Amino acid sequence: MAKTLPKTDVVIVGVGWGGGIIASELTKAGMNVVGLERGKERKTEDYFMVHDELRYSQRYELMQDLSKETVTFRSNEKMRALPMRAYGSFLIGDGIGGAGVHWNGQTFRFLPYDFQIRSKTIERYGKAKIPDGMTIQDWGITYDEMEPYYDKFEKMAGISGETNPLAGKRSSDYPNPPMKKSPPMQMFEEAAKKLNLHPYMQPSANLSQNYTNPDGIARAACQYCGYCERFGCEYGAKADPVVTVIPVALKTGKLEIRTHSHVRRIMHSGGKATGVMYTDVTTGEEIVQPADIVVVTSYVFNNIRLLLMSKLGKAYNPATGTGVVGKNYAYQVLKGNALGFYDDKKFNLFAGAGALGMNLDDYNGDNFDHSDLKFIHGASISIGQTGFRPISNNQVPSGTKAWGQEFKANSIKYANSWISVGGQGSSMPFQHHYIDLDPEYKDAYGDPLPRMTFDFEDQDRELAVFMANKCEEIQKEMGASRIDKLKSLGPYEITTYQSTHNTGGVIMGADPATSAVNNYLQMWDAENVFVVGASAFPHNSGYNPTDTVGALAYRASEGILKYAKKGGSLV
Amino acid sequence: MADNEGPKGTQPPGSRQGGGVQEPSRRKFLVNAGYAIGGVVVGGALGSLIRRNNKAAAPSPASPSASPGAAPAAEPKNYNRALMFLTQEQFATLNAATERIFPTDDTGPGAQALGVAYFIDHQLAGEWGFNGREYMSPPFYHGETVQGYQGRLKRREIFAIALKEMDNYSQSQFSKNFVDLTADQQDSVLSDFESDKVPLTTISPSGFFKMLRSSTIEGAYSDPLYGGNLDMAGWKMRSYPGNQMSYAAVIDKEFTAMPPNSLQDHMAGH
Repeated sequence: MAKTLPKTDVVIVGVGWGGGIIASELTKAGMNVVGLERGKERKTEDYFMVHDELRYSQRYELMQDLSKETVTFRSNEKMRALPMRAYGSFLIGDGIGGAGVHWNGQTFRFLPYDFQIRSKTIERYGKAKIPDGMTIQDWGITYDEMEPYYDKFEKMAGISGETNPLAGKRSSDYPNPPMKKSPPMQMFEEAAKKLNLHPYMQPSANLSQNYTNPDGIARAACQYCGYCERFGCEYGAKADPVVTVIPVALKTGKLEIRTHSHVRRIMHSGGKATGVMYTDVTTGEEIVQPADIVVVTSYVFNNIRLLLMSKLGKAYNPATGTGVVGKNYAYQVLKGNALGFYDDKKFNLFAGAGALGMNLDDYNGDNFDHSDLKFIHGASISIGQTGFRPISNNQVPSGTKAWGQEFKANSIKYANSWISVGGQGSSMPFQHHYIDLDPEYKDAYGDPLPRMTFDFEDQDRELAVFMANKCEEIQKEMGASRIDKLKSLGPYEITTYQSTHNTGGVIMGADPATSAVNNYLQMWDAENVFVVGASAFPHNSGYNPTDTVGALAYRASEGILKYAKKGGSLV
Repeated sequence: MADNEGPKGTQPPGSRQGGGVQEPSRRKFLVNAGYAIGGVVVGGALGSLIRRNNKAAAPSPASPSASPGAAPAAEPKNYNRALMFLTQEQFATLNAATERIFPTDDTGPGAQALGVAYFIDHQLAGEWGFNGREYMSPPFYHGETVQGYQGRLKRREIFAIALKEMDNYSQSQFSKNFVDLTADQQDSVLSDFESDKVPLTTISPSGFFKMLRSSTIEGAYSDPLYGGNLDMAGWKMRSYPGNQMSYAAVIDKEFTAMPPNSLQDHMAGH
């Protein structure tokens, strides 16, 4: 029999960005919170040896241990799903701070178009523009309603940036000025302006200067050391939950974090949760933590899986398109890019920061006319200088042999003489893209693994090639000696890294028939359960998701505080 | 089972709180950068650094050339150069194969001079060789390419089988073992593995080749603490500065050459 602990006001499942923000807001307001985290404790002191590409980047030091838990994948329903046995396409975080520790820090707001994507697409192009099976829907919230929460997240994290001329209105400037401009970024900016495009500095959670946030948390400026993505920041210059919201919550004395606590079920009766059951992975003991409110704040896959295993909310049925949990899984279309080689130039490519770069949104959202195009939405086109480490960056012109003398000579010749311009493409949901429970494969505790059914569609193939051509135009203007660009987008495969921007499955909306949570991320089917994260996105935009995840977490915090006072549905 | 080699071994587990680590490079950097807000040092790693600042220095990690009592002018002994997993024969085959993938040429040293085969041997002996953090539970089914590796063999088993099969194939084509072939013949054997022209039932020849290629590059360019990239010569070839505290002074400048640092420099100071 499971041991039952004393009840708490709120229990949080997973202590990353979502859990950390919720914990800080609720404890500041006086609520008692228990945070359950399946991984281990994390602190900046852990990163003494962080400049180690092999350990962190190639061997995935900070990521979930796949021997215990992974996802299964198939391209379509005719295939047998098989486990992702090793990392490739995306990386799942683990431990305190979660994926918020190993992110790059690129912090974009979604466009006003995103939140009303279905109505605005129909309004401008008519219903026929949306192909059969594409299940885009409005988010049940507008950009203007989201704006204060974006603002709050950006001030907490200390985002460094400049106003994007093609994005939604801001109530205030970024709290910090943009980062420094490297020579490749200057070249990109000049070329883009010549092409009448609108480049701007990438909004960055790597601080451009020392900064103290509204919670009184002081952090140091970024040193451009080139180790962000897949690494933790030894300086605390990159905003992550461990150096921002979690200490604020802990300081109140009202947050208790239990690491090595793997939540397996949400207990519920009569349409309300009563708490959660978890396994203490150090002892194997099963423990029940009763709570008035349950907040599910793990990564996308586990948010969905936990609801399905707990039989909470209506499971999605892809045959009929009914039900909601697992619906609208989306990703990112990242291969639409052009790689330029610069024979007579050398750059400091070893230097950089995860969110050091320039973007332009002339081909993102509905900022351009899609009348004659076979896709909707678009991509943010960017040049990034994230710090290019030598194992994973051996760019050679196409036609170069993959190994041997020619490969070695070319990879060394161009080691500091290449620039990539790429589009981060949006990803639209389709009726047959979803997450459910795998019928065969289990995790280390005997529970079913989440199963992904997903592939690229015509929409994605058209978008990727369009973006690659636009990127090529910019490279030409920048003066590349030689350009290799994407010619066509192949099938989605889980083996090569693309993006850790997995979204959907517990989506928000205005209608309980088509969404799992309302615009406070409160479950329609269980009023004291809130499900926070990119799982709430009905589709994925042409941007990194974290700003929107953070903003939604602040929105949910407000909802939870309201709910704690008066109960019932918040909308 | 993981890394027993290199400077890590000088710091017993759990000694972090004991002030057993010196960080002169960080201290210098912080002092020079005036790294504080209103006099208060911020950031966990930085805070801990200042705390350590006053602690007594621990002995530097063993650096063979600095060992007291070492014979003067003797070639420093590299204790990393021994095998943890491979047999002598397997090692010789691997050493020759990695050299073809990343050969010595005008640009600088190749895999052999960089110690790549030692790197791979040491990696196979540890977690990576055992696929320790990967999902290796049954059932095993044949999958589609888009689903990735679905076999039951671990990397160390694949390498052992493949190195033997390289000799078998070399014998069938040229009546010699792989190490005794000319460079061109070795290249043709490797190409046939790369393009699945070698008929094997136990492992995928191209799957092995991909792993061989990627681990060769890892051995050439990972921190020297793992046994490859000897003397940071892999980094020097491509002007990669390794482990540096800050590029804030050069990020907006033209290409700036600088001598590389390793993680050992972080432990030992300069």
